[in-house]
Amino acid sequence: MANVPEDLHYSKDHEWVRVDGDVAIIGITDYAQNSLGDVVYVELPKAGEEFSANEPFGSVESVKAVSEVFTPIAGVVAQINESLADEPEAVNTDPYGSGWMVRLKMSNPGEVDSLLTAAEYEDFTKAETE
Amino acid sequence: MLRCGFTCYYLIKTTPRLITRARVVIELTATAPQLKQTPLNSAHRQLGARMVDFGGWDMPVQYPAGTIEEHLRTRNHAGLFDVSHMGEVDVRGAEAVAFVNRITSNDVSKLVDGQAQYSALTTPQGTVIDDLLVYRLAADHLLLVVNASTTEKDWEWIKSHHAGDSVDLKNVSADYCQLALQGPDAQTILQKLTDVPLAEIKYYHFTPGRVDGIDGIVSRTGYTGEDGFEVYAPADRAEQLWNKILDAGDTGSPTGVIPCGLAARNTLRLEAGMALYGNDIDDTTTLLEANLGWICKLDKGDFTGREALAQQKQEGVKRKLVGFEVTERGIARDHQDVVINGERVGQVTSGSPAPFLKKNIGLAYVPIEFANVGQQIQIDVRGKLVGAQIVKTPFYKRAK
Repeated sequence: MANVPEDLHYSKDHEWVRVDGDVAIIGITDYAQNSLGDVVYVELPKAGEEFSANEPFGSVESVKAVSEVFTPIAGVVAQINESLADEPEAVNTDPYGSGWMVRLKMSNPGEVDSLLTAAEYEDFTKAETE
Repeated sequence: MLRCGFTCYYLIKTTPRLITRARVVIELTATAPQLKQTPLNSAHRQLGARMVDFGGWDMPVQYPAGTIEEHLRTRNHAGLFDVSHMGEVDVRGAEAVAFVNRITSNDVSKLVDGQAQYSALTTPQGTVIDDLLVYRLAADHLLLVVNASTTEKDWEWIKSHHAGDSVDLKNVSADYCQLALQGPDAQTILQKLTDVPLAEIKYYHFTPGRVDGIDGIVSRTGYTGEDGFEVYAPADRAEQLWNKILDAGDTGSPTGVIPCGLAARNTLRLEAGMALYGNDIDDTTTLLEANLGWICKLDKGDFTGREALAQQKQEGVKRKLVGFEVTERGIARDHQDVVINGERVGQVTSGSPAPFLKKNIGLAYVPIEFANVGQQIQIDVRGKLVGAQIVKTPFYKRAK
């Protein structure tokens, strides 16, 4: 079964959000990386770029597929994970750790409350595979 | 050269859908129950394969080790592929060779017993209905091995061109399983299971023989750019054969044989510069445009499309299939536009990361005036122009 850490927020597009003050750290879930397969390329935005909720901020490519990554919440990019340029496989091996993608300064920190909890996300992925 | 039938290769062909939402990737993994299955379907599931709809077949796209590991293991040791979905047409009779020679582009009369030939079924325009292997079992007995998703179309075409020849045609696709064992260790592994002296089988030759006591055909052919074998056997013995080959090849060890899915099959054949039907060749591309002039034997006598191909050869092709390497950050994918001097001049037909070469490569049709090694091109990767350069194919060639 896919790993779904308790302390994170989740989107139905399979992104996770970790809240750190007014900053949201965003990546894709274990379930998503497993579905994609070996990640070979991650395209990320530049620091300072602004995104509204549900807007694509980058893309992640495996050998076989391309998938856009969406920010579940609005904000301005404070930092991107530069190390993914050389080690995109971190998205597979450590999706919730070194595979993080962007740190976003949230426009509206209350927005995270509308995301799925770990339990809700787990139910959601179960329903999707059935 | 071809072999598998990736007419609607899920990974690449569905990219425009994948890109909309990550979610779609996951939906594609659930396969509908009405899909056709090879005799190894449950074996794949037991191994934890991710199954996809591939041209109407429920096929493994990758196993838990992942596409990159499957690809590398095949280059360095051995990979085992279920290609039972491919179609087989049996042609028997005194005029078998003459008949097949009239509907295919290569020269069947050059074959001897126990030899195989890469060829194509052609339209009157010289375009490609399918690429295939022609096996000569005897002077009056040929076996045609065609792509999976084109089997029905090919079968109808072949039947409709049967004009009073003294031949019996039979679609025997369901009778056979076909396993491809590829890689530098393939011969050592397979030899453990058979008395057939494998070292004596030359490239593109085959021999009837027993593998683990099962009567079949052992052919030194493949679609990976490696040495290796394809074994044809009765469909009901597929699982025994599959498991025995995995055991003989010490599967599970880091240097043992690894089961490989369609994704690795695609990246391996692309590195080896082999065309894929439905991507790089189809009924809109001629054999000459696809660099397959070497299977157009214009002097062998009449065959469907000969006149058109002879004319095109004389006049010269207007576009050509070329290989390219991406030189900037980005991955070219199927159907993306090729841009030269700001103009959209062609399309990528196969584009992918190349796991062994660690480059991003592809095949594309470009106007003949640009079809030169070293030509700088750009690929429109979802709105962003990414630099690339035309290079020699095959991208990968194994050391002999």
